[in-house]
Amino acid sequence: MHSKALPYLLLTPATLFLCVFFLYPFVLVAFEAFTRDGGFTLDNFRTMAGSWKFPVTVRNTLLLSAIVVPIQLVMALLMATVVSRLETGRSAALYIFAIPLGISDLAAGLIWLAIFDQSGFLNTLLSNLGVIDRPVMFLGYQSKLTIFIAVALAEIWRATAIMMVILVAGMGLIPREYYEAAEVFGASPWKRFIKITLPLLRPSLQTSIILRVILAFEVFAVVAALGGTNLPVLMGETYNWQFTLQDHNVAAAMALFILAISIGFTLFFLRVLRVPKETRI
Amino acid sequence: MAEIVIKQVAKRFGGFTALHSIDLTIADQEFMVLLGASGCGKTTLLRIVAGLETPSQGEVWIGGRRVDHLPPRERGIAMVFQNYAVFPHLTVFENIAFGLRMKKLPQQEVDGRVNRTAELMHIEQLLKRYSGQLSGGQRQRVAVARALAMEPDVILMDEPLSNLDALLRLEMRAELKGVLAASKTTTIYVTHDQVEAMSLADRIAVMHQGRIVQAASPVEVYRNPAARFVGSFIGNPPMNFIPATKTADGSWTVAGLTLPGPKSDKQTIEFAIRPEDVDAGNEGINATVRVVEPLGPHTLVTCDVEGGLFRAILESNATVAVGDHLRLSPKPDRVRWFDPETTNAL
Repeated sequence: MHSKALPYLLLTPATLFLCVFFLYPFVLVAFEAFTRDGGFTLDNFRTMAGSWKFPVTVRNTLLLSAIVVPIQLVMALLMATVVSRLETGRSAALYIFAIPLGISDLAAGLIWLAIFDQSGFLNTLLSNLGVIDRPVMFLGYQSKLTIFIAVALAEIWRATAIMMVILVAGMGLIPREYYEAAEVFGASPWKRFIKITLPLLRPSLQTSIILRVILAFEVFAVVAALGGTNLPVLMGETYNWQFTLQDHNVAAAMALFILAISIGFTLFFLRVLRVPKETRI
Repeated sequence: MAEIVIKQVAKRFGGFTALHSIDLTIADQEFMVLLGASGCGKTTLLRIVAGLETPSQGEVWIGGRRVDHLPPRERGIAMVFQNYAVFPHLTVFENIAFGLRMKKLPQQEVDGRVNRTAELMHIEQLLKRYSGQLSGGQRQRVAVARALAMEPDVILMDEPLSNLDALLRLEMRAELKGVLAASKTTTIYVTHDQVEAMSLADRIAVMHQGRIVQAASPVEVYRNPAARFVGSFIGNPPMNFIPATKTADGSWTVAGLTLPGPKSDKQTIEFAIRPEDVDAGNEGINATVRVVEPLGPHTLVTCDVEGGLFRAILESNATVAVGDHLRLSPKPDRVRWFDPETTNAL
């Protein structure tokens, strides 16, 4: 009896914590999103969707995710493969790759701002090399493409390591004998990667992609630092509704919308990268 | 035709020498067993032949071609791993077909070979299953089928039966022997189980501390151990050893018994006899019975001889009790002698 109750008892603090600091605020936000002046309404969602900025923010956010996440996935796979192969200095390489993880997203945005700014490193470098005679406005309001590229670069630099760490852990779980068998039975290194690593890495791929996609939908500080309002994204717009336009009901609706697409994509990847029980390692 | 020639192969891991200059030739279609205790280097040697380990020095030749610088896939080998390494994300069919697909064989050929080998290993009804839905014995069969489907010149097996329970092991052992003999491949089979080695091998290479101590037919290894280690490792119970002192040139005293033996400059050498090669009678070695174990077909008697243990296998109708004094006479043609310093046979 005592031992049966113990696990639940141990879970209680965490459950209480989640209820008080997650579930309760979530209910409040949901409540705000569906009410205005005390009555139930869908007006907040209508206002949100009716704003001229809304389609732009959705497009920018999805486009950014669609470009950043695949690049990160490929890079993370490459980095994880390299790290997994290292015999010495493995943890050193892992730490170095993971440094950007320790930097807050705003700080990361500022670092890249210092590079692309009018008086930044890139301009200094180019003018010293004689490529340009006067500083270029990389991040001006007319150069949306460069802003987009700068944000993408900063995001890739900042958050690839989180995928890599998950993939390195996943690769460590694949028994070496499978690779040896594949090698003996004629698989080249590339074939081993395609036929053994990728399929057996599915659970880790799933986790890392879901985590990264959710983070990509929440991109905010990097965009704010590099693009200001020139590259509106979902999170920035939520902030805008809450603090600039002082309409917390629409901001709540916006937050729920982001939650909904995050859940949607999570379910999608859970389904697509599902590993049937009988095929697990 | 795939004769395997191993020339002066050595392997060092840092300061540790796993293999000291191994020379071994395995004839075409021969079934060679590498036998030894764990850590003797047998698996390392197998992995060097497979190409999964690079030798620190020496050469490996398969079918007249030097292969030690080639990757495993270019060596014409197939392998059965200790933990089977049946890919969990592929069906049994695709597991068996794996190597054939890598060779880009036409689908018809793949189907034919997979079905043929699956039938041979009696797993044709499992082709659609996944590894996770198979028992250990079934996985073992898949691993063997995958190797056979390659129709390789050489099959390498790394303790393939060690993860099976005793009954299944016995069954698979007999089956493997038949299947491999029919496949006409050259086989190297690593095991620590001497019964497995004796029953399967054309030739056994007994390994000890990174060296091959003896490579000979099972009967030869059993009857004429080249070194003391072989005699003490092979046979259950193992060979008995008793110090022998010189009485005259070519004559030695063993526990009170004088026997003709080899000529030697040494004053003491070792006398050795297998437990089943002694008869209880009126004369012979003085032995005091300590333990009697009736085993059915015969009785195992453990005695004290000159302060050391001596095991004898006697007929089961012999009436022996603890504390009895026995005279055990060794069969003259079965007596072996070893040099106590080099431990080699004299």
